[in-house]
Amino acid sequence: MSQTRPDPGVFDLFAGFFIVGICGFGGVLPWARRMIVEQRRWLTPAEFTGMLGLCQFLPGGNIMNVTVALGSRFRGVPGAVAALLGLMTAPVAIVIGLGVLYDRYADLPPVRRAFVALSAAAAAYLLANAWKIAAPLRGRPLAIAIAAATFVAIAIVRLPLQLALPGLALASTALLWRFRT
Amino acid sequence: MSALADLAAVFGQLSLLAFGGANAVLPEMQRQVVDVHHWMSARDFAALFALAQAAPGPNMMVVSLVGWRVAGIPGALVATGAVAAPAALLTWLVSGVWYRFRDAPWRKAVQAGLQPVTAGLIMASAALLIRSTAVDLSAAVVVVVAAGLFIFTKLHPLLILAAAAAAGAAGLAG
Repeated sequence: MSQTRPDPGVFDLFAGFFIVGICGFGGVLPWARRMIVEQRRWLTPAEFTGMLGLCQFLPGGNIMNVTVALGSRFRGVPGAVAALLGLMTAPVAIVIGLGVLYDRYADLPPVRRAFVALSAAAAAYLLANAWKIAAPLRGRPLAIAIAAATFVAIAIVRLPLQLALPGLALASTALLWRFRT
Repeated sequence: MSALADLAAVFGQLSLLAFGGANAVLPEMQRQVVDVHHWMSARDFAALFALAQAAPGPNMMVVSLVGWRVAGIPGALVATGAVAAPAALLTWLVSGVWYRFRDAPWRKAVQAGLQPVTAGLIMASAALLIRSTAVDLSAAVVVVVAAGLFIFTKLHPLLILAAAAAAGAAGLAG
């Protein structure tokens, strides 16, 4: 790790992921990347994609795994616990509050329509984030073909993840190694 | 007490199967919650899932809601902890090894191989999410307009989300 890199303490890890948890409508990945890479610069874009790649091959929520991997890298077990608690505290409280409100107001049309539009915009945010994560592939036809094959396998053929990912990862690693520049 | 133990057992097992998060184990979760333990009807379960989608946080939030419905606040805490802990332990072990070998040639090759797969996977998640949320023309318009704003402007993301929700409530979208 270079000396210019920020070195977050246990409280920084809790605070950073606490904000991610509060903001994370429609999934926390875009917000986690924004905080870790763009705002606090704890990881470079390539490091973040690498850590995310590893975490996608482990069971559990991808970003929950990222919090553990990133927290433990900087501050060991206390860092991992702090980051995970930071991520989870606010969403658990908010979702229970929403449960109470929903029981009471779900039948009102404006509430229902607001939820539909909010979910649609949240999906668009994930799409914009996918666009950024795919940026390093531009100009690399083989890498783009592998990403496209992954997309087809998961989104269109709907192969189970635990079945498709090991094969895709092995094929991708072997192909990119064989045709490395 | 036994309800808390059941929650811990059900979600502790699901934790290590949840490749890609809760969406991967949703069918099994529904089977356990509805058919095996009779905690709620299938319709209630679907409503809780939609609610969790609209809330901030990891896509595991449906687990907290199920725990809350079954056993109140203690239930929410036990279910959330049970789904988080096993996967977190595994990630802690594996990511430590992964970081220690950061300069090894095999790790660099694997990392280069994972990169396009990761990008394709996120694209697939976005596509599936869009398919389930763009339920009509106006919701599809929200997706397109919001995506353009997220990619091509520096507006704060929360501002865009709030504008979408307000437009929906006002009857302009959604």
